[in-house]
Order: sequence, then structure tokens, then C-alpha cells
Amino acid sequence: MSKILIIAEHDGQQLNPATAKTVAGAQPMGADSIDIVVFAADVSAVAAQAAELQGVARVLTIEGDDFANPTAARLAPEIVALADDYSHVLAPSTTFGKDLLPRAAALLGVNQVSDIMEVIDARTFKRPIYAGNAIVTVKVAEDSKVIATIRTASFAAAATGGSAAIEPQSAQASDPGHTRFVKVEGSDGEGPDLASAPLVVSGGRALASSENFEIIFSLAKKLGAAVGASRAAVDAGYVPNELQVGQTGKIIAPDLYFAIGISGAIQHLTGIKDAGTIVAINKDGEAPIFEVADIGLVGDLFEIVPELERAV
Amino acid sequence: MKILVAIKRVVDYNVRVRVKSDGSGVETDGVKMSINPFDEIALEEALRIRERGQADEVIVVSIGGDEVQQQLRTALAMGADRAIQVATDSAVQPLGAARVFRALVDKEDPGIVFLGKQAIDDDCNQTGQMLAALWDRPQATFASKVDIDGSTATVAREVDAGLETLEIDLPAVMTSDLRLNEPRFVKLPDIMKAKRKPLDTVSMADLGVEAAADIETVAWEPPAKRGGGIKVENVSELVSELKNRGLL
Repeated sequence: MSKILIIAEHDGQQLNPATAKTVAGAQPMGADSIDIVVFAADVSAVAAQAAELQGVARVLTIEGDDFANPTAARLAPEIVALADDYSHVLAPSTTFGKDLLPRAAALLGVNQVSDIMEVIDARTFKRPIYAGNAIVTVKVAEDSKVIATIRTASFAAAATGGSAAIEPQSAQASDPGHTRFVKVEGSDGEGPDLASAPLVVSGGRALASSENFEIIFSLAKKLGAAVGASRAAVDAGYVPNELQVGQTGKIIAPDLYFAIGISGAIQHLTGIKDAGTIVAINKDGEAPIFEVADIGLVGDLFEIVPELERAV
Repeated sequence: MKILVAIKRVVDYNVRVRVKSDGSGVETDGVKMSINPFDEIALEEALRIRERGQADEVIVVSIGGDEVQQQLRTALAMGADRAIQVATDSAVQPLGAARVFRALVDKEDPGIVFLGKQAIDDDCNQTGQMLAALWDRPQATFASKVDIDGSTATVAREVDAGLETLEIDLPAVMTSDLRLNEPRFVKLPDIMKAKRKPLDTVSMADLGVEAAADIETVAWEPPAKRGGGIKVENVSELVSELKNRGLL
């Protein structure tokens, strides 16, 4: 019997879209069932959303004040306690999943398969290495549990319309007390979420200052797009780190991606390779970004971007 | 307080890695090898903590054949006090590496074990979290700011939502993100001095560690190429092209 357990990612109110993509990544593994577990201070809203995902058999809920902003140290033993009943435990390959799941894997005595981008069968997967410069096929030993994170940009979200059973469970571990959540500070949350937006406008080092970066925000607003940035733009301090797109930032798959003033370092390209259409605007016609762009426009971004904003 | 820093020898980040034509691996012959950049950031942070007087000794550890001594010497030249090579001929997966560090924790009793958040070869992003689990101690992954205050540390972490702050009790595991610091350059006199610093070798067997190798890599292939694109001359052509494709 192969049974899959997926760890839900959420902010206490909303199920993160990464969870629905993880369900989609689980489906081709051909398991007998897929369950989701929700840890939260108040599970009701998130559990209801998880139960609507098609292909999900049960939503297990574990409620408690400990789970308001749970740390990996708090959650990993709970996952280990649940894992007895499952052949596979999956989480999205977001900072949440990357932080948490290896801790559970080590307690279970197995390695983790990181960043699954394609499922061959229940134990065989493709994943990127060397920042996406090579793709490997890996096979998990028959007697090992499969503990894996799913590269969310590689899978379209599972559809809604399902009605899984919601089953409350009790916590099996307690807070070790040695790791305390203090706060999380994000940007003001204006505009669509970068990780899941269908339209993204990104700016790079060529913007040259945070003041100049305003033209990117302005174009994005006109288009209803999320704003992203290259690592160079983030390192230079033009925009905060959570806007970084690339191997070490967010890996995204929007329908339409604008790379503006971005030369196209391999680590950036890794973050956008699953985008539907890539538009590149750069003054250097030899920039590597044009090798992957579907539509390229060579020219001065400070002229092109305002003109584009007026034209759309 | 001692700080243990993990150092992995990887293909230099400036090298464009290619899959061998027979699909048996990636081309590493004659390729420049370096300290994994995230590990270099971890080492820099450990050195700064020591330079602020909050640690007494920085010990760098690498797992692998004698070739890893090169990277350990570089780490000593950066300022680490001593180095340990954990010798093995076989490839080590993250759980095996975590078990090695767990065994060294028993020997060295560090206040912090600092690792890079991921190695830029296998991109696994697992070893630090696994060590924290086996050690039953706090983990602060993807660190972009670290403040030590006696027996606790406050760590800002780069997460998808922005910056998360954790307060953790020491001893603990930390993993470095890109923006934690900019590592120093090694100066020639430091390279000379590093030759006289202690570098010990222990085998994985000496440490009683078995490498868990439950994941087998069965094939390598180059990434799929995106189809050739077109160039447009101006904004109005761009807009009409996007409209033709139903994207605007």
C-alpha cells in the first residue's frame, strides 16, 4: 500500500497555493491515497480549503497554540509520529518545506529527495542540480520511505471541487522551547503574490537605483502584475530580498514574464525556465537573457518601460 | 565557545557545468574547484563572531578524499584556527554528512555549527536541518543576520514572506544565506601562515559513521532548451506581438 501525506503550508488563514501544487506533484506517484495534514492555532479555514483540493482523501488537523508560528523543531516530531502510516511524506519546496522536511527525514533515518520536477514512478524522480544546469533521475531504495519536496513551478495547482473528510488528531510531541518565533516582516503586501502570479515584471541591476526601480512597480501596477528582481538588484539594495527570482530566491512559472534590465545569469534563468512566455528588454543585444527569451527588445529600458506602460 | 564550520569542495560557481555526452555525470575533469560559496559565507560569519570576542576557536571540517585539503587550507588562510578532514572515498549524501557532524559535535562540543544553506553542486539544502534533528538542537536556516547574546542568538532568516526572526538557545545549528555577509579575500601572507596551522584527518569509520545512501542517481541529462525566440524593434511591435499571442 502506498499512501502519501502532504504537509500543508499556510499563514493561519489561507492555504498557500504551493500546497495545491504539491498535491499535483503527488498525483502521478500513483498512491492509493493522498492525505494532507494542517497544523494551526485555528485549523478551520485552512482545513476547509485543503479539503476542496481534488484527489485528497483526508485532511488531518492538529490544532494548538504551539502551531501559531510553528518552527521546524516543533513540527518535525509530529510528522515523524504521523509518518508510520505513510510510504511518502511530501512538502512544497518553499522556504517552509526546505526548512522543515529534512529535519523530519533525519529523524526517520532517510535522505530527502529535494525539488522534484518530474515524477517517473512512485520512487523515481527528476530533479535539478547545479542550479538547473543538469537534471538527474534519482531512485529511492525500496525499503526507504520517500521524503521529498516538490518544485512547485513544475506543477499546475490541483483543481478544487473535492470534499475530503476532515479528521482532527491530537499532537504527539511538545514544544522543545529552545527555538522561539519572534516576528516576520514582509513587504506591505501590495499587488499579487510573486510566487503564484500569472504575470510578473522583474527588474535587474540596470535599473541602477531604488528610485529608478519605481518604473518597474509602476508598469507592474498597470498590468496587474507581481514585481520581481534579479539577485544583482536585490544585492544592490534596490528592492527587498523576498522579491528575488532565481535559484536562491523564488522559482516561478508565470504565464508571462518581463525581464527588464536583467542580463540573464544562469541562477536567474533557473528561476524562470518554466515561465510561459519570457519577454526580455535590455540594451545589450548579446545578453544571455535573449537566448531564453521568446520576445526580445533591445534598447534603453528608461525609454521603453514608460512607453510600454502608456501602450498597455 | 567553539564554532564548527562545514566546508564542501564543489565546482567553482563561475564554471558553466555541462553534462557528459554519455550521460554518466557532469564534466569535472580539469574544472576549477572551490569552497561552496554558502560555506564561505558561513565561515566568514564564524570568523566575525570570533573577532568580536564571542567565540574562541573556529574549526573547519570537510568530508572527502585528500583533495578537500586544498579547500581546508583556503579556509585556514581565511582565518580558521584548525581543520579536520573526514576521509572517505565514496560520495556522501546529506544524512551521512549530518551524521559525521553529529559525531564531531560529541568530540568538539561546539556552541554553533555553521553550514551553508545548500551546496551549489547537488542543491540539496538538507544537511544543516538534519544535523539539528540528530542533535535535538535549534536550527536557524537561511540566516541573513546573526546576533549572539550570551547563551542565546537572534537570527533573521530569509523566508518567502520576507524576513523571519527567531530567538534560539545555544548550542545550535545555523545555515547561511547569500546576504549574511561578504567573505574576505585571502592575502598571500595568510596562505603561508595557513600551511603551519593544524589539519587533522579522521576516517568516517573512526567516527563510527555509516553513510546512508538510500537515494541512487541513475541518469544525468542536460536541461531542456527553450525554443528560439524572436526580436521586435519597438514597443508597438512588442505590444501587438503580445496581443497576437493572447497575453495582453
